[in-house]
Amino acid sequence: MSKVDLSVKIGTLILRNPVMLASGTVGYGNEISEFTDLNKLGGIVSKSLSLKPRKGNPPQRIVETPSGMLNAIGLANVGVEVFLKEKIPFLKKFDVPLICNIAASTFDEYVECTRILTEEETIKAFEINVSCPNVREGGLSFGNNLNSVAKITELVRAATNKPLIIKLSPNVSYIAEFAKVAKENGADAVSAINTLVGAAFNIFTRKPKIQNITGGLSGPAIKPVAIAKVLEISRQVDIPIIGIGGIMDWKDVIEFMIAGSTAVQIGTLNFIDPSAPGKILNQIEEHCIKNGVDKISSLTASYNI
Amino acid sequence: MFIIHSPVEEIIEINPQIYLLKVFCPEISSIIKPGQFLNIRVTDRIYPLLRRPFSVCDVEGDHLYLMFNIMGEGTSILAHKPIGSDLDILGPLGNGFNLEGDYEIAIIIAGGLGAAPFPFVTRKLKQNKKIISFVGGRSKYDIITHNLLNVKEASDDGSRGLKGTVVKLLENNLNQIKSNKVKVFGCGPTAMLRALKEFCLTNELDCEVSTECAMACGFGICQGCPIESTEKQDHYLLVCKDGPVFNIKDVVI
Repeated sequence: MSKVDLSVKIGTLILRNPVMLASGTVGYGNEISEFTDLNKLGGIVSKSLSLKPRKGNPPQRIVETPSGMLNAIGLANVGVEVFLKEKIPFLKKFDVPLICNIAASTFDEYVECTRILTEEETIKAFEINVSCPNVREGGLSFGNNLNSVAKITELVRAATNKPLIIKLSPNVSYIAEFAKVAKENGADAVSAINTLVGAAFNIFTRKPKIQNITGGLSGPAIKPVAIAKVLEISRQVDIPIIGIGGIMDWKDVIEFMIAGSTAVQIGTLNFIDPSAPGKILNQIEEHCIKNGVDKISSLTASYNI
Repeated sequence: MFIIHSPVEEIIEINPQIYLLKVFCPEISSIIKPGQFLNIRVTDRIYPLLRRPFSVCDVEGDHLYLMFNIMGEGTSILAHKPIGSDLDILGPLGNGFNLEGDYEIAIIIAGGLGAAPFPFVTRKLKQNKKIISFVGGRSKYDIITHNLLNVKEASDDGSRGLKGTVVKLLENNLNQIKSNKVKVFGCGPTAMLRALKEFCLTNELDCEVSTECAMACGFGICQGCPIESTEKQDHYLLVCKDGPVFNIKDVVI
């Protein structure tokens, strides 16, 4: 029995601890399960799904940047049908809440994906990606527009009773406004932040290092931005926040919680040390014991400003 | 697939700016196959952030060898790792070469640092197969012949061996080998692999190549390293998981 109550609540979804793995950094769970015991995690968020399979962008999709990386995968995924048939049976074997991330190009596609996936009992919640910077249709053009985010949230809300999380873009002036419309239209939580738009050039060929020209910046380079965005939402909107952005160790998890997060997602770190999430869990518990924190949820928005 | 911290035993410069790093790693050396690779974290700090992929160069008992040149910050740190310090290794990764088969001659085609996986291939094949190694580079400094057998050389500037490409060198020697059953194993820059593909298709030679692509994780979760399949146009293959070794017919180069 854990001495510390690590559980947190996202709408009606109770997580055994606040540490989840972020969409697009765990595939469909099988590879990472060789390094981290999925049963210990708070939750895992599957790779963004679209109604039909997506091939994704041509190479080069990835480039390293100072303390970060740019990616433009282009939402490559197997599509809803193959996911249900071939990926769910593996994920079913674990006692970990599966949150299904959906990325679509049209309002109808968001609804259709949700309507089909909500029938699958293994899926415990939905995270709606309205903010992918790397696809031509949908993606950021939705995530930048308050009316679109409101409409997607409202439509998806009507298609499922399961907890609904809207994943917000940091590439906006006031992220709290987006959190507000998500809440008003029935979202149970928001996750923040998705990647920041970035670009990099080869100075000799003068060509972009990524075929898509721009990509999404992630990794520890974006952590201060993410902390600021979480704080902005936390101070203005009463909604659970899942903090994401450059978490590299247990201290970052605690910092995200203090800034206003109810839970967090680990992303880029999974590429570098896929065994890290398990270690981080042990260390946050140790931190709580040493510092007399009985309930980890008490850290949420406990900033001293 | 493990994450292991293993001690660096030796780093030697075998060509100008080309290094061979020896590490004591029985866990991986006992199971790794030629053509598989390792993803190395050169520092536990956040810069440089990502691991760097290196194909396994050779295996000697409990020891692994990596071959690399200094490309930037990461490889510079690697070249200066203190002897006895720990190397953070993720591996073995990828599929590796298929060395089985009833061919009589193994033809190795290496361009520049593309020689890296072939000392291990040579070690595994030399008892049972005849090996001819065609090695090319921009100049004599880029020709790497370390632990290869029956080496023939070509350089773009003519400073060593034939003046021209390694595929041209292979073409010049075709008569010598074509009466035998051969299998070609290649690794090198994209332009070389492209020329090799055309040559092998024209001459109906069975050929496997080790490919390269920028990647983050090395084991399939980042989806960062797509390569176009000649058969299935609806999705990409991944260099890290489906490769890095492919039959040259199966991928668009």
